Amino acid sequence: MSSHASAVETAGSVWEGGRSPYETNSKKFGMWLFLISDSLTFAAMLFAYTYSRVTNPDWPKPFDFSPAIIFSTIMTFCLLSSSLTMVMAVHSMNHGNRKATVGWVLATMAGGAGFVVLHMSEWLKLINVEGVTPFKNPWGVPLFGGTFFALTGLHMTHVICGLIYLAIIAQGVARGKFKAEDVEVSGLYWHFVDLVWMFIFPLVYLMSARIG
Amino acid sequence: MSEHSQAVQHGAEEVLHVGANVSTFAKVWIALLVMTGIEVLLAYEQVPTLIMLTVLLGLSIIKAALIIAYFMHMKFEKLSLFLTLFPMLIFCIVLMLVFLGDAARIPYMRPPA
Repeated sequence: MSSHASAVETAGSVWEGGRSPYETNSKKFGMWLFLISDSLTFAAMLFAYTYSRVTNPDWPKPFDFSPAIIFSTIMTFCLLSSSLTMVMAVHSMNHGNRKATVGWVLATMAGGAGFVVLHMSEWLKLINVEGVTPFKNPWGVPLFGGTFFALTGLHMTHVICGLIYLAIIAQGVARGKFKAEDVEVSGLYWHFVDLVWMFIFPLVYLMSARIG
Repeated sequence: MSEHSQAVQHGAEEVLHVGANVSTFAKVWIALLVMTGIEVLLAYEQVPTLIMLTVLLGLSIIKAALIIAYFMHMKFEKLSLFLTLFPMLIFCIVLMLVFLGDAARIPYMRPPA
């Protein structure tokens, strides 16, 4: 009898939100759903870049190993290290250490800001020195500029949004607001930005490296 | 009785949810850096395009898996969360390969200059 009662209780509670099927909070699940849809956007843009490249046998290789590839390798290092500091921020927030959390989040923002500054200077060099725009470039393959700036621009927009997001988290945590799960959700977003770069860096930069 | 077993279950879950520790994160970070280094080395050595593309994509997928599993904590979530999110994502991405044939054919369809 008692087992029957508990079964009814479980069945009934589904209609009030139920036992959490993923045993995770709704903020985290919402962020995961956003990230999955966002990764489809990035996948579509990477495919657009790749297909444009396949259809144009004279696709340019505009990135000299030194300095462009070394530059973008440093950018990759910035993002990877900021992911590590973000993990440390979530870790210290889980242990209730708000002061350390703020420090780690600020370190993460420093990594992200370094990435944006380096990326911007690289863009400006491409635009001003090499004359590449979204619609034309000196190598006569206009699709290169279109797909390159769309892809890296969308990624840079994500990094800048992430910096704003982390700034809000940092000042909130410092003033005693937010729970550990809020920091963790912002961490998910930041790792995703890092993860996308792990595909853009090899496919767009390393595949177009020019030696000597 | 059932209340007691529920409490025990809850305790076990909390232990499971602690996840990885700092040294694991540092190891994952170093592994990611080493794989990035290998990728840059391949670009420097100018490996043939097909081998290059295969190795780069393989390494990128391994790096993505490491980031998702450890940094994004997916290894320590319930399997049902993973099964809800990722098979669909991978299926949709693979579907985008549908246009590869068209892309590869276009260069041969151009009128001779």
